[in-house]
Amino acid sequence: MSESSLPAAHQQRSLQQKRIVPPNPEPVIVIDGVTKRFGDFTAVDDVSLTIDRGELFSLLGGSGCGKTTLLRMLAGFETPTKGRILIDGQDMTDVPPYARPVNMMFQSYALFPHMTVEQNIAFGLKQDGMARDAIRARVAEMLDMVELSALGPRKPHQLSGGQRQRVALARALAKRPKVLLLDEPLGALDKKLRERTQLELVNLQCQLGITFVVVTHDQEEAMTMSDRVAIMNQGRILQVDSPHAMYEFPGTRFVAEFFGSINAFEGTIAEDGLTHAVISCPDLDAPVYVNHSVPGYEGSTVWAALRPEKITLSKQPPADPARNVARGVVEDIVYLGGDSTYLVRLESGRRIRVALQNLTRAAEPEVTWDDAVWVSWRPENVVVLTS
Amino acid sequence: MIARAGQWVTEVLQAGGRRLVIAVPFVWLLLFFLAPFAIVAKISLAEFRVGVPPYTPLFEIVEGAWLHIRATLGNYAYLIDDPLYVAAYLSSVKIAAVSTVFALLIGYPMAYGIARSAQPWRNVLLLAVMLPFWTSFLIRVYAWIGILRSNGLLNNFLLWLGVIDEPLVLLNTDLAVYIGIVYSYLPFMILPLYATLEKMDLSLLEAAQDLGCRPWKAFVTVTLPLSLPGIIAGSMLVFIPAVGEFVIPDLLGGPSTLMIGKVLWSEFFNNRDWPVASAVAIAMLVLLVAPIVFFQRYRMRQDEKAREAAL
Ligand SMILES: Nc1ncnc2c1ncn2[C@@H]1O[C@H](COP(=O)(O)OP(=O)(O)OP(=O)(O)O)[C@@H](O)[C@H]1O
Ligand SMILES: [Mg+2]
Repeated sequence: MSESSLPAAHQQRSLQQKRIVPPNPEPVIVIDGVTKRFGDFTAVDDVSLTIDRGELFSLLGGSGCGKTTLLRMLAGFETPTKGRILIDGQDMTDVPPYARPVNMMFQSYALFPHMTVEQNIAFGLKQDGMARDAIRARVAEMLDMVELSALGPRKPHQLSGGQRQRVALARALAKRPKVLLLDEPLGALDKKLRERTQLELVNLQCQLGITFVVVTHDQEEAMTMSDRVAIMNQGRILQVDSPHAMYEFPGTRFVAEFFGSINAFEGTIAEDGLTHAVISCPDLDAPVYVNHSVPGYEGSTVWAALRPEKITLSKQPPADPARNVARGVVEDIVYLGGDSTYLVRLESGRRIRVALQNLTRAAEPEVTWDDAVWVSWRPENVVVLTS
Repeated sequence: MIARAGQWVTEVLQAGGRRLVIAVPFVWLLLFFLAPFAIVAKISLAEFRVGVPPYTPLFEIVEGAWLHIRATLGNYAYLIDDPLYVAAYLSSVKIAAVSTVFALLIGYPMAYGIARSAQPWRNVLLLAVMLPFWTSFLIRVYAWIGILRSNGLLNNFLLWLGVIDEPLVLLNTDLAVYIGIVYSYLPFMILPLYATLEKMDLSLLEAAQDLGCRPWKAFVTVTLPLSLPGIIAGSMLVFIPAVGEFVIPDLLGGPSTLMIGKVLWSEFFNNRDWPVASAVAIAMLVLLVAPIVFFQRYRMRQDEKAREAAL
């Protein structure tokens, strides 16, 4: 079986094992209280961030949340209304784009249409006054890196979309910037090519050791590629964490919902202990028992949240029907190949999503439409959120 | 069988339709360019005579049976012999070329400014560029007489400012001709330039800056080459009519202003020598068209070479 046909979850794990985390994280970008306003509209709102050297950092957020604006401020195309940006310890406030030690890969690629692929890649090197032979060697090396050696004399309009994307990448990397900024680098590629290119980008970043800041609105992409992810909403950063921490320990319901899907039930803390807690949710028949301490106090409102794959589904009642269970009817099944999502309507009327792996090839799944089922979960898998 | 025949008929009709669409501009060109051209070419091969028409016929039926063709290249030989025509041609080309350069130097920043201004302003500014077309060309050139003459607007203004003590001689000089041509043809430079500059992707300039280019160098390495088609189109639109321009040198130029259009006019209307006038017109056309065709060929060959190199 070839690597690309492995399920996504396996790729993720192998990618993350491969990553070399520098022993002493050293900040290369410091964003300090940056705000950007366009007229009355605040596109980026008091953002502070530190990005470490050699890190693959993703900015993830919905459309219009200010990702591109933040990236453009790093590149120098927009000036912050407030706050400052340090790159490699140097204050960038008065540094124009052409003097910054960063390069950007544009979402539209922005390849020069009147230049060949080679000339495009050589462009930045020429501006630095590099010697001709050195330029030629570097261009050849870059072309080799993106596997386009044969296409050097072509013009951009003679390339496919994927090839253009590689040229844009080669051009942005040719100057060996301290930081590479990528604005939705894979947005224009089809799913298969996108997944392959994600892997290649990560490998490349590992080899070169250049810090990558990737803007994306694709949660899976951020999850697959990044060392750390920042989730943005309406110009603000909500949470910065590793993909694993972001998924398993989201700080808010918004983050939990944006980074994967989740079932959140509003409730109040009925019992608050040092090593356990009990939450009573009106939408669930039985109380939710948690075997860790929770934020809040007895009587305060919280949300008990469950990832779909951490819920089990059965026709028989579970071992302990007194807690962490609910009864319902299977309303819908979405078949996704590797797994299926079951939509179960609970007795309270609330719907809950349950993801089950399809472990056998049986035509009829064990649980099917309109079956009365029990959903249950383990106490350590409940995420308790206060907002 | 019938179906196939039907298919064949529709195919023929479709091909015919396509041909018809292409035929329209060809017929137009044939009627309004090639036919007059042929008539002028025919006259240029005839000889001058006193009478109506004032030239000898090219074809004659002699003695009832023989088709007698009497063509002469004498008029063309005359053009080369008499230094007036060569001088007028060269002077026209020079005046047109200098005017084109100035129109480009003035028009480029204007087109650039319009293309980069905020969207609602663009149309207003474009309209302003085209506004002079609402008045007759002749009246606009006449207006320049009022501006440039010794007690005209410009001299009075400069005298009032105290920049000069006595009026400058502006009217009836080559300078006035340059001013007139640049003024009259500026819109033809601006419009194609605007069209290319306006559709340029601005992220290319950001990319250039991102790769270490200062703004002015980004302009030279990216904007300028990408606006080359506009520069060429605008320059042709100014240069070609300017070479044959008659009204402007006649009204604004002096006695020493030598332009082929003026020579042509006086040959036709003062000397009534239609054959020589026709020869002047044909020579001008050939001398103008030849370099353009050559240039186009050259560019096409360059493109082809680039394409071959890429494959
Ligand atoms: N030059 C500008 N003038 C006014 N508003 C702007 C300007 N640039 C961006 N904005 C606004 O700022 C907000 C953030 O824009 P930005 O391009 O950063 O979004 P984004 O997160 O990159 O979204 P997307 O995923 O759709 O690319 C948007 O609401 C946009 O309308
Ligand atoms: Mg964007």
